[in-house]
Amino acid sequence: MSTTFDQPQALIDPDEHRGGTGTVRFVVRKVLEGLVSLVLVVVLGFLLFRLIPGDPIASLTRDRPTSPEQIAEMRRQLGVDNPMWRQFLDYVGGLLHGDFGLSTTFRRPVGEMIAERVGPTLLLVGTATVLAVIIGLWLGVRAAWRHNSAFDRAHTGIALTLWSVPQFWLGLVLLIATQGLFPSAGMRSPDIPDGFFPQALDVAHHLALPCVTLLLVIYAQYMLVMRSSLLGEMGADYLTTARAKGLRDDLVRKRHAVPNALLPTVTLVFLQFGMVVSGTVTVETVFTWPGLGQLLALALRGPDLPLLQGLFVVFAGSVIVMNMLAELLYRVLDPRVRAQ
Amino acid sequence: MTAALLGAVLVVAGPFAVPAAQAQQEGKTLRVALVQEIDHLNPFTAGFASSSMIGRMNYEFLTLPSAEDATPTGGVSDKWSTSEDKLTWTFHIRDGMKWSDGKPVTAKDAAYTFKRIMTDKKAQEANGNYVEGFVDVTAPDDSTLIIKTKAPRASMTALDVPIVPEHIWSGVSDMADPKTDTPAVVGVGDGPFLITEYRPNEVVKLKANPDYWRGKPKFDELQFVAYKNSEAAVSALKNGEVDFVNRLTPTQFDALQGQSNIATNKASGRRYLDLLMNPGAQDAARQPIGDGNPALKDVRLRKAIATAINPKELVDKVLGGYGEVAGGLIPSMYSAYHYQPDSAKAYKFDIADANRQLDAAGYQRGADGTRTSPDGKPLNFRLTARSSEDFPQRTSEYLVGWLKQVGINLEKRLVSDAEVDEQTSSGNYDLALSSYNTNPDPDYTLAKQSCGNLPSTPGSGSTASFFCDPQFDQAYQAEAAETDQAKRSEYTRQAQARYYDQAPSFVLAYQNVLEAYRSDKFTNFVKQPVTSGPIMEQTGYWGFYGATPVGSSGGSGGGSTGLWIGIGVVVLVVLVGGGTFLAKRGKSVDDRE
Repeated sequence: MSTTFDQPQALIDPDEHRGGTGTVRFVVRKVLEGLVSLVLVVVLGFLLFRLIPGDPIASLTRDRPTSPEQIAEMRRQLGVDNPMWRQFLDYVGGLLHGDFGLSTTFRRPVGEMIAERVGPTLLLVGTATVLAVIIGLWLGVRAAWRHNSAFDRAHTGIALTLWSVPQFWLGLVLLIATQGLFPSAGMRSPDIPDGFFPQALDVAHHLALPCVTLLLVIYAQYMLVMRSSLLGEMGADYLTTARAKGLRDDLVRKRHAVPNALLPTVTLVFLQFGMVVSGTVTVETVFTWPGLGQLLALALRGPDLPLLQGLFVVFAGSVIVMNMLAELLYRVLDPRVRAQ
Repeated sequence: MTAALLGAVLVVAGPFAVPAAQAQQEGKTLRVALVQEIDHLNPFTAGFASSSMIGRMNYEFLTLPSAEDATPTGGVSDKWSTSEDKLTWTFHIRDGMKWSDGKPVTAKDAAYTFKRIMTDKKAQEANGNYVEGFVDVTAPDDSTLIIKTKAPRASMTALDVPIVPEHIWSGVSDMADPKTDTPAVVGVGDGPFLITEYRPNEVVKLKANPDYWRGKPKFDELQFVAYKNSEAAVSALKNGEVDFVNRLTPTQFDALQGQSNIATNKASGRRYLDLLMNPGAQDAARQPIGDGNPALKDVRLRKAIATAINPKELVDKVLGGYGEVAGGLIPSMYSAYHYQPDSAKAYKFDIADANRQLDAAGYQRGADGTRTSPDGKPLNFRLTARSSEDFPQRTSEYLVGWLKQVGINLEKRLVSDAEVDEQTSSGNYDLALSSYNTNPDPDYTLAKQSCGNLPSTPGSGSTASFFCDPQFDQAYQAEAAETDQAKRSEYTRQAQARYYDQAPSFVLAYQNVLEAYRSDKFTNFVKQPVTSGPIMEQTGYWGFYGATPVGSSGGSGGGSTGLWIGIGVVVLVVLVGGGTFLAKRGKSVDDRE
């Protein structure tokens, strides 16, 4: 047991500095970890997509009058005939200059194609996530607080059912059920109205169905995590103390139970956001939402390797960044993590 | 809560739907749902079918396939002739045509277009194929265009190349510049419609060209709106959000029939569906490539397989009647070149006959019923097909059943489109279900099956049948050089007859094109060919150019019904949502006690 006497001495110093350099060091470490993951993603993405069978030039020229010379020229231009190591070096070299290469199907710069679609995806995913979090947390708190009530059982059942429903099916059902109330496709009307407010209304009108579809599928996880997390807190002694102080049930819940139960949910929100971005393939395809998910579906059809690689880096990158934010946020929210 | 939210969205957005629909009605806009992507609007780089279709509206061609029967008719050129040796073509340029910026359309524009493609590699992407074999293109004066070719070429009146204005495009140094897809560049045209706006992944808008040489179109604006989901497109047609939808499935087509205000068009199509039978794949140096079963090199076996297949049943059952039993490679819609075998030569579905043929050819049945080739190997073939499409999926079931009856075992390999393309183009298949979209001019469809199209390296060519036959090539070459229409048709039929007889692939069916439109809003769409053809995705602009708006009365009924349903739903949601909320409130008051 002599060691326990020595250690406090050694621990004191870092503790003193924790408020400043500790945080900086933590952030730097997390950023470095993120960068390492990103490098792995780049390498993996390159190798992984080479395993997809298919020849992009063959699919491209299948139904088009093209001479063998023209096909050879296309192969040369797109560099698909180069040895693998050469393709890899070109790819990494390009990435370092912020160049994702040229899409084989569309013959347009991948970076440009991704850039024009990031906005719509963020709008859709962002709106759906914010609403799903609000609804999920609200329902989760209610359900847990009235554990085993009819409300709890009904909403847990509904949430689980919606969570297991295929997105494209739900989307189509909503589309058909609301026949004519909402636009069937796109993000804006072909003829955009004049003025900011009518334009915003136009986008909202188009956003409604895809957003509700996505929302219905994803809110369950927030609700269920919130519910189980709050259930975990329900038996805690501090709640008994709070009640013993004579606080109303409402206040006990709002001020004491919920803040403590919120932690795992907040992390989940960030972790899931990155996933949702790449998970919009079906919703975007059903509603012709001009975002990244739709682009991924197109890229797979080719297969358009440069486009797939570019999207893979963007999707994986968003997951990595969100993970990093989640870890940083957790540190801010939970004093226990800071103290470790 | 969810319901309340939905309600809130409805309140905001519901009534908004109606004014938009009404605005469209008044403006005489024809909205077309576009299910395929657009890669470029730049006519030199636009490779996708949708992109070139839009290009056809924007730029006139030198000559183009007529609406009547897809034989050449005048465009930028109104008269043409060929020299005695058939190596020099002289096109007279139509007088009085104007670009949309007011400058005249001259022979120099046409010469510039072809020369640009000949000299600029980046400009060859879409139409490089058409200038192959061009020696020189000149414009001695504004109304004369002279094209000299290396060898006689019959397809000179079917150059599917949009003619562009030199004064705009000579300023474009890089064909890959994204600016070349914007109205600033492609907005200057001489076709029936002019591109005015392009929002990638959303919409392309074109306005009627008031100075179009055939006369101004009868409506003001043509819009191609992106739809990635054909169910959504069908629903949009019913709601009146779009006026025209194509590429319908038989199920969708059937469901739309008999609906009020909607008309359907079952058109003969230019796509043929065939069963490839690897006749011994080889490369351009005649070296064998791929791993096809050598037994299929025997033409008697291939013919017996064709006899054991019932295309009629495939058309009726798999295509739901939306197709035609095929003959040669050129579909019946191109009547001038189509080949239909007479009954002595046609393969007639007859299992017993197929069995007799195989017996006679020495393919004996083994103990388990499977036949073996004369060298003792059992006839087990792979059948490669696309898993993404209905026809190959279901047809493969039928094929397995039929061939089983003649002692041939098929192992189905349903794979991705890309994998089918890769395996067939490199000769790694035994039997494979394939398809091809033919052109009005028979040249390229036949060229694909000639020895000259064998790949220099495996997978690098565009042939999948790997056919190389002197008799076919002779007929094909005669066709390619023949400018007399009647003789050319004859050579084309000879080539197809040889292909049919040798059966490197068995053409099963010509698929119908299924389209639908709002008959309460537009009428007089022109088909190509006029009797039975499609309206959209023609080789020409006839379909939409001819469309005429129906009188502006009526039509808004659907919109206001929608509004009332919308209001009803909102009221219901608010009542239910509000009620639940109040009930909850009441309960929580109880809880607090």
